[in-house]
Amino acid sequence: MTLVQTGRVAALQGDEAVAEAVRQCDVDVVAAYPITPQTIIVEKLAEFVADGRFGGEFVPVESEHSALSACVGASLTGARVFTATSSQGLAYMHEMLYNAAGMRLPIVMAVANRALSAPLVLNADHSDMMGSRDSGWIQVYGENVEEIYDRTIQMFKLSEDPRVMLPSAINFEGFIISHDKERVRLLDEGSIKKFLGRPKPKFKLDPDAPLTFGAIATPDTYYEFRMQQNEAMNGALGVFDEVEKEFEGFSGRRYGTVDAYNTDNADQIMVINGSAAGTMRAAARQMNAVGEKVGVLAIKLYRPFPAKQVATYLAHAKTVIAMDRSLSPGAPSGPMSEDVKSALQAAGLSRPVMSVVYGIGGRDMLVDDGKKIFAMARQGPVSGLPIMYGVKG
Amino acid sequence: MLVEPIKGLKELPMEEPLSPGHRLCPGCGASIVVRQILLAAPKDAIIAEATGCLEVSTALYPYSAWNRPWVHSAFENAAAVASGVESGFKALTKRGEGREHPIIVFGGDGGTYDIGIQALSGAIERGHRFLYVCYDNEAYMNTGIQRSGGTPLGAWTTTTQVGSARAGKVEAKKDLMSIIVAHHVPYAATASISHWRDLMTKVRKALSKDGPTFLHVMAPCTRGWRFDSAKTIRMSRLAVETRLFPLYEVEDGAYRITFPVPSPKPVEEYLKMQGRYAHLFLPQNAAELEAIKSGVDANYKRLEKLVQLAVKPSNP
Repeated sequence: MTLVQTGRVAALQGDEAVAEAVRQCDVDVVAAYPITPQTIIVEKLAEFVADGRFGGEFVPVESEHSALSACVGASLTGARVFTATSSQGLAYMHEMLYNAAGMRLPIVMAVANRALSAPLVLNADHSDMMGSRDSGWIQVYGENVEEIYDRTIQMFKLSEDPRVMLPSAINFEGFIISHDKERVRLLDEGSIKKFLGRPKPKFKLDPDAPLTFGAIATPDTYYEFRMQQNEAMNGALGVFDEVEKEFEGFSGRRYGTVDAYNTDNADQIMVINGSAAGTMRAAARQMNAVGEKVGVLAIKLYRPFPAKQVATYLAHAKTVIAMDRSLSPGAPSGPMSEDVKSALQAAGLSRPVMSVVYGIGGRDMLVDDGKKIFAMARQGPVSGLPIMYGVKG
Repeated sequence: MLVEPIKGLKELPMEEPLSPGHRLCPGCGASIVVRQILLAAPKDAIIAEATGCLEVSTALYPYSAWNRPWVHSAFENAAAVASGVESGFKALTKRGEGREHPIIVFGGDGGTYDIGIQALSGAIERGHRFLYVCYDNEAYMNTGIQRSGGTPLGAWTTTTQVGSARAGKVEAKKDLMSIIVAHHVPYAATASISHWRDLMTKVRKALSKDGPTFLHVMAPCTRGWRFDSAKTIRMSRLAVETRLFPLYEVEDGAYRITFPVPSPKPVEEYLKMQGRYAHLFLPQNAAELEAIKSGVDANYKRLEKLVQLAVKPSNP
């Protein structure tokens, strides 16, 4: 298929929209390896290369490990760099995720979220990125195609900000978003270029000023490197707001670190991320219409975690439902549920939290499922181990 | 491009690309490999390196011995990182925001023969322009002398121990050069720090090629091989003169022996100087010693035949 002209409305799959954003963002180097359900991104970029519509270097590497390794090398030259992966590929990159973050490289990566083997499954859950949660990457989760198109553009700006200098991962569920064809209002290329400017890293590979990258540290120095990384990550929360504001200026679109639906009037607030947030909003809307006091808080920015905002919105709730599309075997609850509980505790709020695991390996999550979960929270008991929602038998 | 052979020391720059004061052992072959290669390379070269002895000993924060832009990130990915560096500079050059530079990659035998071979093969196949140097000290020396695919037959390492049931490595050294040549690279060569003019000429030839090139350099390790640290160059020379490590190049598919050894010294002369081979001279290991000797002989004869072919293998 061919894309319509930019500055217009197009019907695009999630993967196609990400590829289109990369093309518009003046990216210098793309190094990527095919993996379902991310492959369309790679194919689309290769099509742009063949058509002369992408002027950067496309490096068709032999593995995901090499994809991110090549991104590390390319980013160190001062180039703007992108990669994309999913599931096993992200797991294979794991070592390099920490390197990219530790070397403070503003690499942007699209992750079409998919569950991990074994058994092998091609469909969505968040366990790939949650397994790499602590690698030091900024992590956003998108709900729809236009949002991940916008986030791709925004993340270059955020990552390359001199106060941040950290890699970013744009997460969106495989097939549910990666292959879903939706209406996208493409942005004007000139505005995107003006918004982003060119990367201006303070340190790079330069024969006129030779620097050593990737040195070995000792227990005397390592901790401080990690602390700087942590400070930059926490600082990214404020920069994220600035980036969103500037983006809104020319696009008219803003998503926030969190999206609150009816949280002011809700007794039960469900916290969720990814594509199911919209489904849960639809469930809440239907329930609101019959007088039930429920709301939805969608986590858009997962790392750095907007703990204060989360606690502020949840202060209204009598019961919190914390949803995880990821299973952490043996853990007291899913990873995002634990973040929510920590955010509440840090704010001095005591609220019963019902942890729910859902949608594992691509199990459907529909409007009626949302209604059922809200009903469960109303009836209680809500504490204890996570509820494995939607499991058979 | 015709590359003139290096004739004398006066042709070399006075500066040290690798500063003294690094933490490599006295008599370490790897540091001499790097020094000779970088003295032969243009000053604007960019270095990528795999994890290993050389890396941990030359870049211990807050110090660095490297007077060149240098990057290390992991063990298995030096060639992949280099392909990214090359692509980055290529893209920036197209934009008028930079220029391309020679890229030299250093990997040990572990980082090249074993864990890094996939990344190396991929990067070569994609045709990135860089010179990959395998400094081969024939074991994982950084972690304490464990066997690699580059460890020769019969050698003692801490994972190929000598006992009553086994005596050193039972497998042969992987034929790395043939693997590289099978990628149809424009240039690949073996080199030795004892034959520095030959080595430096090969560096210049390699860097003149528009594509991936490869140098396999023997890097004797005094700790791992168990020899007197004053004898590193002597050890390198003996490896060549016994035909154990023949010096040759493969340019556009054509083999050429750059230092012919018409009357080789006995292989025992090389083996006897190294503690890692001490057990080979016990009567019960006589068969192993013979196997090593006949392997050296067969390899050199094979090489001579390849030289006679002197034609580039055709693509399948």
